[in-house]
Amino acid sequence: MSTYAQKKGFGATLWDYLTTVDHKKIAILYLIAGGFFFILGGLEALFIRIQLAVPNNDFVSAGFYNEILTMHGTTMIFLAAMPLVFAFMNAVMPLQIGARDVAFPFLNSLGFWLFFFGGVFLNLSWFLGGAPDAGWTSYASLAMASETHGIDFYALGLQISGAGTLIGGINFLVTIINMRAPGMTYMRMPMFTWATFVTSALILFAFPPLTVGLFLMIFDRMFGSNFFDVANGGNTIIWEHLFWIFGHPEVYILILPAFGIFSEIFAIFSRKRLFGYSSMVFATVLIGFLGFMVWAHHMFTTGLGPIANAIFAVATMAIAVPTGIKIFNWMFTMWGGSIKFTTPMLWAVAFIPSFVAGGVTGVMLASAAADYQYHDSYFVVAHFHYVIVGGVVFALFAGAHLYWPKMFGTMLNETLGKVTFWLFLFGFHLTFFIQHFLGLMGMPRRIFTFLPGQGLATGNLISSIGAIFMAIATIVLLINVIMTQVKNEKVGNDPWGDGRTLEWAISSPPPFYNFKQLPLVRGLDAYWLEKMEGKKEMTPAEPLGDIHMPNNSFVPFVISLGLFIAAFGAMYRADTSWGLLVLILGMAVTLGAMFVRSIKDDHGFHIHKEDLMDDDNDKGAKA
Amino acid sequence: MANQQPSSGNPRVDVEYRRKKSAEEMRYQIVSFALMIFLTLVAFVAVGYDGFSDWFTVPFILLLAVIQVIFQLYYFMHMSHKGHEAPALFLYSGVVVGAVTILAFTTIIWW
Repeated sequence: MSTYAQKKGFGATLWDYLTTVDHKKIAILYLIAGGFFFILGGLEALFIRIQLAVPNNDFVSAGFYNEILTMHGTTMIFLAAMPLVFAFMNAVMPLQIGARDVAFPFLNSLGFWLFFFGGVFLNLSWFLGGAPDAGWTSYASLAMASETHGIDFYALGLQISGAGTLIGGINFLVTIINMRAPGMTYMRMPMFTWATFVTSALILFAFPPLTVGLFLMIFDRMFGSNFFDVANGGNTIIWEHLFWIFGHPEVYILILPAFGIFSEIFAIFSRKRLFGYSSMVFATVLIGFLGFMVWAHHMFTTGLGPIANAIFAVATMAIAVPTGIKIFNWMFTMWGGSIKFTTPMLWAVAFIPSFVAGGVTGVMLASAAADYQYHDSYFVVAHFHYVIVGGVVFALFAGAHLYWPKMFGTMLNETLGKVTFWLFLFGFHLTFFIQHFLGLMGMPRRIFTFLPGQGLATGNLISSIGAIFMAIATIVLLINVIMTQVKNEKVGNDPWGDGRTLEWAISSPPPFYNFKQLPLVRGLDAYWLEKMEGKKEMTPAEPLGDIHMPNNSFVPFVISLGLFIAAFGAMYRADTSWGLLVLILGMAVTLGAMFVRSIKDDHGFHIHKEDLMDDDNDKGAKA
Repeated sequence: MANQQPSSGNPRVDVEYRRKKSAEEMRYQIVSFALMIFLTLVAFVAVGYDGFSDWFTVPFILLLAVIQVIFQLYYFMHMSHKGHEAPALFLYSGVVVGAVTILAFTTIIWW
């Protein structure tokens, strides 16, 4: 078979992406879907800021504001940040460890389509009678009372997309444990791979509690059970615990890959080995471990009692220690380095003070006694936007610029990249810094309007103006993306010139089988090591041989589609006659597709040695 | 290496050593199998005997169940062998997370 690129029609390309099991294409799917939901969540954020720009505004009604606010949080966390993080993990991690693909390519595709259909289902609520309106945490005491189908959309949609995330996490774990190239020991893995590893472990342990919580909510709302119904002996606090046992590790699931991306950037653009690599690994693992011991700090005011509050307060403050280790390591990596201020590096440098500001307010919130004052105020809103935007979103922007050439083979325009950066940085601080003070002045979070003369008008107006800058920055990035795609100037393996890890040793984008011969890894920063010894390419660890590849499959799409249909059935079962039928039909589609997958042998195919030798000037592992 | 068969045809396999190892392995399995049957009988007796209160029986048979799980994992699923460090790490991490959850639910959630 030929590995030469052929012009394909739109239909063929679409079919290729619908059926692909290639980690690089799935990464692009995650990037597109995550980017779409990011823009959607961003629009919701703008509506929030427009509504709050002036006192007594009636841009949206109170009920609709609740829906926008809920969907902004839910969309940004589950449908934008997580898939965008997954996009980079999929695109980069298998290349960084010198693997041909992830361990289970079929499951990788299934994970994406489950996430996608879950996200679409959740957002269809806008058109089908109202979106969820109980906040992204959807506390049961409020959610059970919600009259529309919104909460049903929330519970079913997140259940479907959560299953996809769990599948993805397990897949990454197995890949990293089993598929590292010869010589790639655990302590030679790039930081981003370590971050992916710990993140995936967190997903493995954090998502089951969410699944349980969501099932309890689904049963309560749609099938007449009483887990959260106090009048019937239930307890709404169960939901809060289950949600935060998931929810707190979730924020580390988001921030650890961000730390990984920044670790790569600091090393690449300081042209120095990452300072304190082993302490970075230790800190990452420690953050992952402590992440499970602190969830109740979200519930200090629930009435846990002083002993529980004290334990969780101390545990929470302990997390500042490994995080501090990381911050200092990044600064020492830059210290004495030959720094190049590219767009990714700008994001990375700006990340340090922004994230530290969020971390410091985090420690303030961790003191249980003080938290009674901050709780449910805009101070909390400012805190988590400083860590999530200043940490995760900065990393996603930085990662997009850094890995764009590896994913698409073209470089994003640096000037426009820097314009995006400065606009976004300025807008971000303008929007959220003032919110600390709004909170301390007593503005509660989640209110839809405020009155004139309460001293909140100026602060909110400034905050809204900041949001416009962030919107313009995102538009500039979109223009940049379109311009780059239209120009389509292909770049070489290592477009930044200072790549250190294996992904920069392979062409951009890599051939569909990745490395023609698995590379031999001789130390940390394997590619840099070879470059420093004057070599142009990685030493192969194996003779050239046939490569076994998986076949494309449409089954993951069908399995996910079945659950999507079934979710409608579950939701309308109580009020319509056809609901139960649709539920059964949807489950039949899913189980049928799984059955087909089980009984049909799919051995994949081989790329033969002779074909690989044909295009020798396009070697997988060339430098 | 641990599960390489003596009949694999690999000339580098030390057949004598493999035989000895397999016999040893077999002995462990039979001993733990006998113990598991014995523990199951004990569990039945504990439930059937009227002299014990439920406050003794329930924790007692749960304890027996935990012992059986350990036997199952270590002797029948070969977790005692080399090369099972990663599964062991994740199993124990899961146990810790689950235990913390149960601890929290039984202590700080009021009913």
